[in-house]
Amino acid sequence: MKKTDIFDILIIGAGVIGTCIARFLSRYKLNIALVEKEADVGFGTSKANSGIIHAGFHDRPGTLKANLCVAGNSMFDKLCEELNVPFKRCGALVVAIEDEEFKILEELKIQGEKNKVPGLKIIKDSYLFQLEPNLTKRAKAALYSPTVGIIPPYELTIALAENAKQNGVRILLNTQVKDITFQNDGTKIVKTQKGVILTNYLINAAGLFADEIARMAKDNEFTLIPRKGEEYILDKKREELVKHVIFPPPQKQTKGVLIIPTVDGNTMIGPTSEVVDDKFDLNTTKEGLQIVLEKVKKLIPVINDKDIIASFAGLRASSKNDDFIIQPSTRIKGFINVAGIDSPGLTAAPAIAMMVAEILKEEGLKLVQKKSYQPYRRWIKFRELSLEQKDELIKKDRRYGNIICRCENVTEGEIIDAIKRGARTLDSLKFRTRAGMGRCQGGFCTPKVMKIMRDELNIPLEKITKRGEGSNILWGKTK
Amino acid sequence: MNVYLGKRMREIKVDVAIIGGGPAGLAAALSAEREGVKEVLILDRGEELGGILPQCIHNGFGLHRFKEDLTGPEYAQIFINEVKKRNIKVKLKTIVLEINQNREILATNSEDGIFKIKADALVLAMGCRERTREMLHIPGSRPAGIFTAGLAQQWVNLEGYLPGKEIVILGSGDVGLIMARRLTLEGAKVRAVVEIMPYPGGLTRNVVQCLQDFDIPLLLEHTVTFIHGKERLEAVSVAKVNSKREPIPGTERLIPCDTLLLSVGLIPENELSSLAGIKIDPSTGGPVVDERMQTSVEGIFACGNVVQINDLVDYVSQQGETAGKNAALYALGKLRHPKRVIKLKRGRNIHSLVPQLIFAQEKVALFIRVKNPEEKVRLVLGESIFQQKKPVVRPNQMIIWKVPFGDFKLDGVKELEVSVRKL
Repeated sequence: MKKTDIFDILIIGAGVIGTCIARFLSRYKLNIALVEKEADVGFGTSKANSGIIHAGFHDRPGTLKANLCVAGNSMFDKLCEELNVPFKRCGALVVAIEDEEFKILEELKIQGEKNKVPGLKIIKDSYLFQLEPNLTKRAKAALYSPTVGIIPPYELTIALAENAKQNGVRILLNTQVKDITFQNDGTKIVKTQKGVILTNYLINAAGLFADEIARMAKDNEFTLIPRKGEEYILDKKREELVKHVIFPPPQKQTKGVLIIPTVDGNTMIGPTSEVVDDKFDLNTTKEGLQIVLEKVKKLIPVINDKDIIASFAGLRASSKNDDFIIQPSTRIKGFINVAGIDSPGLTAAPAIAMMVAEILKEEGLKLVQKKSYQPYRRWIKFRELSLEQKDELIKKDRRYGNIICRCENVTEGEIIDAIKRGARTLDSLKFRTRAGMGRCQGGFCTPKVMKIMRDELNIPLEKITKRGEGSNILWGKTK
Repeated sequence: MNVYLGKRMREIKVDVAIIGGGPAGLAAALSAEREGVKEVLILDRGEELGGILPQCIHNGFGLHRFKEDLTGPEYAQIFINEVKKRNIKVKLKTIVLEINQNREILATNSEDGIFKIKADALVLAMGCRERTREMLHIPGSRPAGIFTAGLAQQWVNLEGYLPGKEIVILGSGDVGLIMARRLTLEGAKVRAVVEIMPYPGGLTRNVVQCLQDFDIPLLLEHTVTFIHGKERLEAVSVAKVNSKREPIPGTERLIPCDTLLLSVGLIPENELSSLAGIKIDPSTGGPVVDERMQTSVEGIFACGNVVQINDLVDYVSQQGETAGKNAALYALGKLRHPKRVIKLKRGRNIHSLVPQLIFAQEKVALFIRVKNPEEKVRLVLGESIFQQKKPVVRPNQMIIWKVPFGDFKLDGVKELEVSVRKL
């Protein structure tokens, strides 16, 4: 970038919050950039999100969390339709087993109603088992919430970024912010390892590292606590396990360990909730797995650890007062913190983006709609086509008949498509196409995928990484 | 669930269709064609025939069948050459999406698009896949540098790339042992082969030729307890295990390495079999078969590693021939219903047993795996209808027991137990 470029807005962090803000603001006549230290969007906390669009009955009335969750939830049908992201309002059940838990359900219902959550109902007896045949026979009642939904969080983040880019947002990956200083006229000078970026407004959506970014700008107002969650994914063979998201009654600071039916057909179990001191601690643990299994089996006893095909850990960026921090810095004009976004951050994301736009207006930025704004992200999504459509497409482009990932039936055509749309690492391809996400975990397709990357990107195989610098797959050629 | 097979679409008709062109499928195709059926079709997802054999460039193949010490590609080539000479059709780079009980196949490839095949008889020869790190639930981080042994073998032998320089191998299955030697020859340092059991998982000859000859330490009754490293693997924690195979606290130590290979078992690939409602034996992970290698669904046969994991390809070929021949007879309408069917039950120290059903008319080779190693034992059929002494039995060595069922009086018998007993 040229040094003379001054952006209207620079957003730090391309997680679901940063990309959602970027995409929302891309409807206005603004010059926007989005910087991300990782090799792809959503590679921090967002990719490890549970993918639940919450209803809003878990959050204390009057908090940002409660208001933005309920508001955000209602925006997802339109958002996902525009972005062509799978979204399913599967509903949720908070299940009570013990008598004292029944009281918690009633309290949750009252809290939810205060938050204006629609459709909450307490259900009992045989109807419960009609809804969820695999539910423990010990279940006494459940709070039913019809507006809870499921979504692939990485796919949403990618879609938001793609649509933002389509509408003119500059996205700079592998770009870590090192320092922030100010010119006398209020222009922010953001130093990255790739050069300096100048901007009038700066939005700090740096997730787990938002407190460090704020400190760089001499805004020492908050500290974030990394709270780890481990998740385990089950084989698609167990697709019929649950139809709704199954919650236990909530505990302090956590919604508990859940059973989640994902849109892709894999059931997911987790997350744990453990405060850690290391912002890079993404280890899964023996204890974590034990906790998850023990807790989910209480609700759905037929869950078997033999069905686990993948696991991961993510770090929530929790604030000390258990609410989002979305406000302009009191010290620096034009510097806005969007921090402490843990659950229900994914759900709240579209409402957060609108709130940030309002704050920008109050801070003096003019928001003028541009005519060219295109909210729709459209392309051929092979795996959603009908059999006839697939057959027709293969006739036109033979690469769609060449299946590369046999667990998830991902074709060469889809992989090339994802590379053309910006995927540069194996994980980027995995999150865009599902290649390597199935039960063999890339055992068969990794070499094929890497050879396609080599040919499309014209780079040697040993330069291909799992998820960015230092994560190269191969050492080099044999003797 | 089959989503699409009910629909009308372009259809090919064949006498015998074989899913999988590895050693099992190749042998099945040849023997089916020999029986005189007209249309034999092999479907394979690979770019060439041979299954896993092209990447097995070490020797030790064919010692039983050809009394010759061949490499994997050489062994495969014998069958591939024969297939080319015969009237056998092959569709490569073709993935089967669905199958059903009526022996209909939904498949796709670049040439034909999405199409249906109606087969008079069907042979399943899909082979197996490797167990992954995730199935073992090894805690820790998720860096680059973790490979299943077969994937590493593919990188080294077919693509000419070295996965890493400092290597730990978890599991002493045959592929892991062979890769220990292969990587050493390529200049990598294999720091240890770690095996949770008190005995190696692979063949004894491989322990000697691949580890001992290269001074590679084999840590029996040890396992990997943690994976360290942010972007690329940096080290693994290894601990001794107790008799319950649980890590013993205090025995953990760190082994620095940039690569971890997993050779921790193979899983028969039966996702398609399940779609056709074929009954699976939990002890093998493969279809229940009778002595003709017919599954619980009439007209669908199975052979090779999709039925049970074999140690030697020679046995896979043998099962393939049985399946192919009987599939052809079925397609020709010549396969008679058996007069009686006897179920073989797993008795003392029997882990798995194929075939599970016999007709008691002729000699049948039973493919047996034991649960625990034992010395000075005998294999026993029923109470003591037939028996054979064995100086030693081991889980890592499949036993082939030829039993002359036709010689025994088995009128009215519905079940027979096979067991290992002390001498």
